[in-house]
Amino acid sequence: MKNIKYLVVGIFFGIVFVKAEIISWFRIQEMFQLTSFHMYGVIGTAVVVGMISVFLIKKFNIKTFSGEAITFEDKKFNKGQIIGGLIFGVGWAITGACPGPLFAQIGSGFGVVIITLLSAIAGTWVCGKVSHKIGPENE
Amino acid sequence: MIELIKQPWHWLAGGIMVGLTVPALLLLGNKKFGISSSLRDICAMCVPADIPFFKYEWKKKVWNLFFVAGILIGGFIANRFLQNPNYMVIAQKTQAILFQYGVKDFTGLMPADIFSWHNLLTLKGFIFFVIGGFLVGFGTRYAGGCTSGHSIMGLSNLQWPSLVATMAFMAGGFISANFLLPVIFKLIQ
Repeated sequence: MKNIKYLVVGIFFGIVFVKAEIISWFRIQEMFQLTSFHMYGVIGTAVVVGMISVFLIKKFNIKTFSGEAITFEDKKFNKGQIIGGLIFGVGWAITGACPGPLFAQIGSGFGVVIITLLSAIAGTWVCGKVSHKIGPENE
Repeated sequence: MIELIKQPWHWLAGGIMVGLTVPALLLLGNKKFGISSSLRDICAMCVPADIPFFKYEWKKKVWNLFFVAGILIGGFIANRFLQNPNYMVIAQKTQAILFQYGVKDFTGLMPADIFSWHNLLTLKGFIFFVIGGFLVGFGTRYAGGCTSGHSIMGLSNLQWPSLVATMAFMAGGFISANFLLPVIFKLIQ
């Protein structure tokens, strides 16, 4: 099945999440209390590596392994990025997790985070329900 | 070697590997790194409820569900086979502040005095799991992405709206960690 490769990348990524302590509630508190460089180092390095990768892919017009073109879309600005961003930030410091780490936290033995995940799905659903009123990104 | 892997990884190693996820997904199938989309796909798949926002071909994005399932399995493997034999090292200052708030357990990646099943039906559980999770889900969708989609993928592709979103994430986090959490911890004591 063609999706198995994404499962494999996900497994690798989940291990990195735990071992680099990115899923740690404590590391998130340190980040927002400015008492440790760790999370800034992780995110900053990831951005630099991602930037170089995207630059090289564009520059040399690199295709996927199966020969498909790699495409990029521009993000459009809307107020959701500010209001939604602030709301997510508040939740990030409370839960100690963005959506990715939620899955890794559950896997690494903090089973109760499944409730946080279900609530995040509910939050996403409510956002979709009211999206015609508040107007978030709607691709 | 395995002993080395069991140690907590340096931020540089972690950052490089997280960053490499961007080209890995692009090269494997022109997929964009963005985890909060998976929450939307789960809504579209399970409870679309005739809402236009969830009426799209989620089947094309099933790869993302495989990806997040992998993250969960990866978390399990890391905890089961590669667990750090030592206590977590937390910045002294943060540990002191959190201790004042009433956090007593500093041994693992997450404080067991908050993230345990026995807190589920308490005010503490309601705030940390239910409200916190809801804000994460609502906020990321309203912002059109999370740390992966905006802060890593978006910034990698030099998108200024992603920079705005990232600054909003950080601002929200600063307010929450420094002003809101002290109040929350007082409330639940």
